[in-house]
Amino acid sequence: MFRSFGPNEVLYIVSAVQWTLLLSAIAFAGGAVGGMAIALARVSTTKPLRYAALAFIRVFQGTPLLMQLFLVYFGLSIMGVGINLWVAAAAALTLHASAYLGEIWRGCIEAVPSGQSEASYALGLKYRDRMRYVVLPQAAKISVAPTVGFLVQLIKATSLTSIIGFVELTRAGQIINNATFQPLTVFSLVAAVYFILCWPLSMWARHLEGRFAVATTR
Amino acid sequence: MGYNFNFAPVFNNFDQLLYGALITIQLSFGAILIGLLIAVPCAAAKTAGPKPLRWLVNLYIEVIRNTPFLIQIFFIYFSLPALGVRFDPNTAALVALSVNVGAYATEIVRAGIESINRGQIEAGKALGLKGHQIFRYVVIKPALRTIYPALTSQFIYLMLNSSVVSAISATDLAAAGNNIQSATFAAFEVYLVITVIYFVLSLGFSGLFSAIGRKAFSYPLAR
Repeated sequence: MFRSFGPNEVLYIVSAVQWTLLLSAIAFAGGAVGGMAIALARVSTTKPLRYAALAFIRVFQGTPLLMQLFLVYFGLSIMGVGINLWVAAAAALTLHASAYLGEIWRGCIEAVPSGQSEASYALGLKYRDRMRYVVLPQAAKISVAPTVGFLVQLIKATSLTSIIGFVELTRAGQIINNATFQPLTVFSLVAAVYFILCWPLSMWARHLEGRFAVATTR
Repeated sequence: MGYNFNFAPVFNNFDQLLYGALITIQLSFGAILIGLLIAVPCAAAKTAGPKPLRWLVNLYIEVIRNTPFLIQIFFIYFSLPALGVRFDPNTAALVALSVNVGAYATEIVRAGIESINRGQIEAGKALGLKGHQIFRYVVIKPALRTIYPALTSQFIYLMLNSSVVSAISATDLAAAGNNIQSATFAAFEVYLVITVIYFVLSLGFSGLFSAIGRKAFSYPLAR
């Protein structure tokens, strides 16, 4: 006989959201550091650095995230590190987020008029100060909306880690579905939880975009 | 680190990989076609339709864009049979990919339609064009040119994302990898080769789309 679908099953699924959120947070934090490095390398004056960053972005945006997950997962076991699902999931998503955030932020840095950078150069600011006090603060303002938009993509992307066996929202849904065989209820509930996480962020991103459009229209 | 790489099992089963790649290509182009057939009417409804219809299209877009594709395909493959709708894995994959890309493409096409200057439509009316003629020649055609880059990068993303359909035992490229991997245990080598094939596919798609774009939009820009 199948287990029945009751409050305990709902609680199991809903509480698994903490792992989805924690994994998203780790990947976003790691991706922010990696993405900043990639973005700066992409706009650097050193040619090899520019090409290396471009190659990184091309590879990670030109291959499926699922394959990246598999390669990191099996790659770690080859290196003899042993298979740790947390490490594999976090590492793969961090690399993925670094590539996407790097490309988004490069666009934002390039959107800052070059006169800003030239003026601060003329004032004698070194690269570090030029970036820190002049270019990046202006780029940051532009970047908020697309970054929030990417966060939605990242939260959805964490669902793929269920395929390598990482227990988060999607995997919790599968486990409950296997025990209760109520696929309609289970996957509707899981979808609803993702929607509740992502929809406010999407709305916020759209709101920010609208505000930015108003601010830059003359 | 003493790991010996063993690519022999991968290349002995290369025909399986090619077959999987063929299914991936078919699924992608099928979904692109159906997705566009969904997107153009939905975008038209969203910009000029009656309010309830607009609301319905919005609901569709928001639900698809704010839930993971993996859950969408689980829903279509595992949940819909409870409502009496049953698909085999590859059909479920095609349906899920089409519904998914349809929602993203609707938003892109809508942005294109909204970029058309109102004066153009008024000029069409003044020339005596009928409603559907205005939509076809004055709105959609130039709108498609504007949004072509965004649309095609969405299509490449769709092709890469289609690897997820292996989770419901569809027979695409990623699934071919799962089969070879479980028979030979050369997991890393198998997925490395498959990743390279996906990369080549994405380059191929990108080249094909820009060739089509050059051909289809070679007429001069309006001033």
